[in-house]
Amino acid sequence: MDVFLEYLKAFLVGGAFCLVGQLLIDLTKLTPARILVSYVVAGVVLGGLGVYQPLIEFAGGGATVPLTGFGSLLAKGVREAVDKDGLLGAFTGGLNACAAGITAAVFFGFLAALCFKSGSKINEK
Amino acid sequence: MNISNSEYGELTKKRSPDSKMYKTLPKAFFIGGIICTLGEGLINLYGYLGMDEESAAAVTSITLIFLSALFTGVELYDRIAQHGGAGTLVPITGFANAVVSPAIDFKSEGYVLGLGAKMFVIAGPVIVYGLSASVVYGIIYYIVSLVAG
Amino acid sequence: MDYCSGKTFKYAHASVESFAAVVGKAENEGPYGGEFDEVIEDNKGGCDTWEQAEAMFQRKAVGHVLKKSELTPDKIDLVFAGDLLNQCVSSSYGLKEYYMPFLGIYGACSTFAEGLLLAGAMVNAGYAERCIAVTSSHFSSAERQFRFPLNYGGVRPPTSQWTATASGAVLVSDTGRPPFIRAATVGKIEDMGINDLNNMGAAMAGAAYDTLSRHMKHMEAEPQDYDLIVTGDLGLVGSQLLCDLFGRDGVDIEKLHKDCGLMLFDRSTQDVHSGGSGCGCSASVMCGHFLKRIESGELKRVLFCATGALMSTTMIQQGGTIPGIAHAVELTSY
Repeated sequence: MDVFLEYLKAFLVGGAFCLVGQLLIDLTKLTPARILVSYVVAGVVLGGLGVYQPLIEFAGGGATVPLTGFGSLLAKGVREAVDKDGLLGAFTGGLNACAAGITAAVFFGFLAALCFKSGSKINEK
Repeated sequence: MNISNSEYGELTKKRSPDSKMYKTLPKAFFIGGIICTLGEGLINLYGYLGMDEESAAAVTSITLIFLSALFTGVELYDRIAQHGGAGTLVPITGFANAVVSPAIDFKSEGYVLGLGAKMFVIAGPVIVYGLSASVVYGIIYYIVSLVAG
Repeated sequence: MDYCSGKTFKYAHASVESFAAVVGKAENEGPYGGEFDEVIEDNKGGCDTWEQAEAMFQRKAVGHVLKKSELTPDKIDLVFAGDLLNQCVSSSYGLKEYYMPFLGIYGACSTFAEGLLLAGAMVNAGYAERCIAVTSSHFSSAERQFRFPLNYGGVRPPTSQWTATASGAVLVSDTGRPPFIRAATVGKIEDMGINDLNNMGAAMAGAAYDTLSRHMKHMEAEPQDYDLIVTGDLGLVGSQLLCDLFGRDGVDIEKLHKDCGLMLFDRSTQDVHSGGSGCGCSASVMCGHFLKRIESGELKRVLFCATGALMSTTMIQQGGTIPGIAHAVELTSY
């Protein structure tokens, strides 16, 4: 039962993040790139204010998988690095913390480009 | 023209259909929720395999990005996204899709100036503003801890 | 500044000798499937890139026209060609092997009417005996240039239009047989203040209204004098706006009005939102469907008005609006 509740929380919180994104798409004319940027910056701000960590503890993947989680990870990395190395940490912490994600995106993007061709998007019935 | 631009703008607004939000919102919620639940499942799986919390989260991101790259390559991600909307945009898989799709698409302009240079044509701003915001936060945090410390 | 009414050119010695359309898979699955001369089932036809594929569409369309008239390229005095890509590469690369005197033209999606109008004028004036006008568009090459990579999961809003993968070509000469090119009106650049990249129909409807009204005024004709008023690619939103604009003058064109963008695809089963668009959209519907019916006399007098959104992503990003343009060509069977 606990496991079910855990997944339900991840589903609901993650879904809610996407719902807000969809509202932004439908009601404002924000382009996808702008929404992605807003989410990451919002994540940095919320993470910096210490609001996001409790949400991660509550919802797990529901809070880490959306791009706000990426932002909060940046904030967390910077905070820990500043604690350790002082001001230098402001410049090293962010990329360190999200190195796995960015490197994976670049590397798998490169691999995918080697393996696949761009789609025809033929408008099928 | 015998109609002013503002009057025409009103007319345009009236004639332009809005998104069917009774469809787009539930779909975004559901598909986005599923992706996050999958993330939660992976975190648990990697935890079960003996990874600590931080590593499990990082490997989960890598796995999701890999899956997104694969789905993008076989032209499935954009098809799901036609239904998912923000549900496929907001999760980390959407970020990966934004990196992988131009890489595939611009391969036709060469491996260096096409694939290599255009990879971040959509997702670049995310890195630029995400990192910049984190540096600003780091500086503020440093000053605050100096004053408080 | 006084309102410029322009001129309507009247032609006495220009006919469409032959016409041909080459389309992609989805276009052939639309309501007028089977009426086109050639279908490229995978939209790529063995080419390496989408841009090369679009050039091939244009080359094939011109090839069909030459074949139908049993002519070799050296018998063509002039070709007007255009497309949507930067530097009009589909036209120049597609037609370079024909070695025909070439004039590249750009009017966004209105280019087909522009080519038809110019070809008719050259033949009517006697400068050229045989003139070809050809245009093309390709969903994948246009998407890459104007929007997002093809595999990107961007969501298209309901007002957006689907670029047709198609090309249409006409050979104009003084055959004395229908379809006759009777008159043409050159459009003015009409900026309605629309800045939404996903609402091209709205950006173009004002230009279509202006050109059509001027054309009918100069021809001393009422809408009812035409069998049909065919617009290029206004789509659903633009078509409604065009009817609204005429409605304000107390003129009802709704029953006479057809839009190639709404005809090429079946909006109920094909996910094209507001309808088709692109230089190839009106070109393929005219060459695949309407010209046949004007030739046979089934349609006697058709006013064709192709519409173009003179859109540039650079100007939009700099905060600009989207100017529209529309050129009208009157085609008759008598």
